[in-house]
This record gives sequence, structure tokens and C-alpha cells, in this order.
Amino acid sequence: MTQNQTQTLSKAAMRPLSPHIQIWKWSMNMALSILHRASGIANSIGLCVLVWMLAAAAMGPESYDVFHGFITSIVGQVLLFGWTGSLIFHMLTGIRHLIMDSGKMITIAGAERAGMVIFILAITLTLALWGCVKFFY
Amino acid sequence: MKLKWNYSDLNHPMARAKGLGSAHGGLHHWNAQRLTAITNIPLFLWALWSGMTLAAANGADYETVQAFFAQPCNAILMILFLISVFYHMKLGLQVVIEDYIHGNGLKIICLIALNALSVALAVLSIFSVAKMAFF
Repeated sequence: MTQNQTQTLSKAAMRPLSPHIQIWKWSMNMALSILHRASGIANSIGLCVLVWMLAAAAMGPESYDVFHGFITSIVGQVLLFGWTGSLIFHMLTGIRHLIMDSGKMITIAGAERAGMVIFILAITLTLALWGCVKFFY
Repeated sequence: MKLKWNYSDLNHPMARAKGLGSAHGGLHHWNAQRLTAITNIPLFLWALWSGMTLAAANGADYETVQAFFAQPCNAILMILFLISVFYHMKLGLQVVIEDYIHGNGLKIICLIALNALSVALAVLSIFSVAKMAFF
């Protein structure tokens, strides 16, 4: 903004605006916090699939076959893969929260480091677990 | 801004001594969330391992799952996992509702529904495990 423009703007227009959510540059801190909550919500939805599995298994072979057919389908496998990743991610960011509760790692550098470790671990563990299951089955 | 523990003629020092704060529940929610977070970790790792072994053995078919829950140790650990994880879920989703739903009426309805649903799903899944363990 040039000197000329600032002079022509009214006082109200010159006041700094609070940027809305789309404007913020994503930081690791923010990404971890938002994704911790998002994965928590995803985990709750995924938990319903576990309830379905247990209830179907308790009801008998016919009910369980319906569940088994769903979970072994492409859609079921993709959802199960996403749920595994979401659970592992939520556990790792949760451990970070427990560390922060003890007063440690509450720095921007700490969040950056922890975030890198969490993302790498979450992706590697999820892929490794699925790789193992697919390899042995 | 006047805080609950700012003494006045109307606010008794007992309010501060009790330490319950504006939520009237003190640290109970916070403590329970951390407690279940800690108990979730070993139980989740066990459940993840069990799920993997079940899937790797015969693709978790009906007989494999029945044999798994016929083992008392597995049934007990699964029930403990369900209690811990459903309590943790209820506490977490409660905060999400409190953060994003502003109308008091709707908020209370959502919180009642969350409580009812969490307990119902927990009882359904625990009963299912018990049925497989006993019959």
C-alpha cells in the first residue's frame, strides 16, 4: 500500500483485519491440533464398525457374513485402512498432548519436531501393519 | 471481567476453596480424559495387534472370531478396551459439541443424545463380547 492510498482510506478501513481460517498459513502446531480433533471424530465413527462386528459375531454366522462381506469389500478395506491410520495418528498426537500436559515441548520448535515424527511414524506404522497383514494372509 | 473467585458480598470464599470453577465440575472432565487416554494406549495396541492377527489368520472369519473371544483373557481385555475407549470418546465428543453448538437448547439435546448413545453402544458391544465368551 502506497503512502497516497493510506491517506485516502478511512480510519476504519485501515484497522487490521483478523484473517479468517482460509487466510492462515498452515503451521505444524495448527495442523496437529485440528487433525487431532478430526481424527478423534473419525475414530468415533470407526468405533461403530467395531460395535457392528462384535454384535454381528454374537448374533450368529448369517449376521457376521453380512459384516464380513462389507469389511472385505473395496469400500470396507479403504475405510478400515483410513481408520487404522486415524487411530494411530490420534494415539501419537495424544501422547504429544500428555507430554505437553507435563509442561514439556510447549514451543514452536517442539511442535515442528514432534509433528514431523508423528506424521512419519503414523504413515510408516499404518503401511507396515497393512503390509504385514496382507503378506501373511 | 469478574471471576467466580473474586470475593464480594455475594461470592463466598468457599467457591474458590472448592475449586470447581465456571464449569461447576472442577477438573473431573480433564482428569478423566487423561486417565482414559493413558489406559487407551496399551489396550489399543493390544486390540490393534489382535485385529491384525485375526485378519492374518483366515481373514477374521466367523469361527476364528468365536475362538478368539472364547478365551477369557481376550474377552476381558476387549471389555476393558471398550469401557476405556467409549468413555474417552464420550468426553472428547462432548468438548466438540460444547465448542461448535452454541444454542443452549440444541446443545443440551446433543449432549443427552451423546451420553445415551455412548452408553448404549458400550453396553451393546460389551454384551456381545460376553455372549461370545459364555456361550
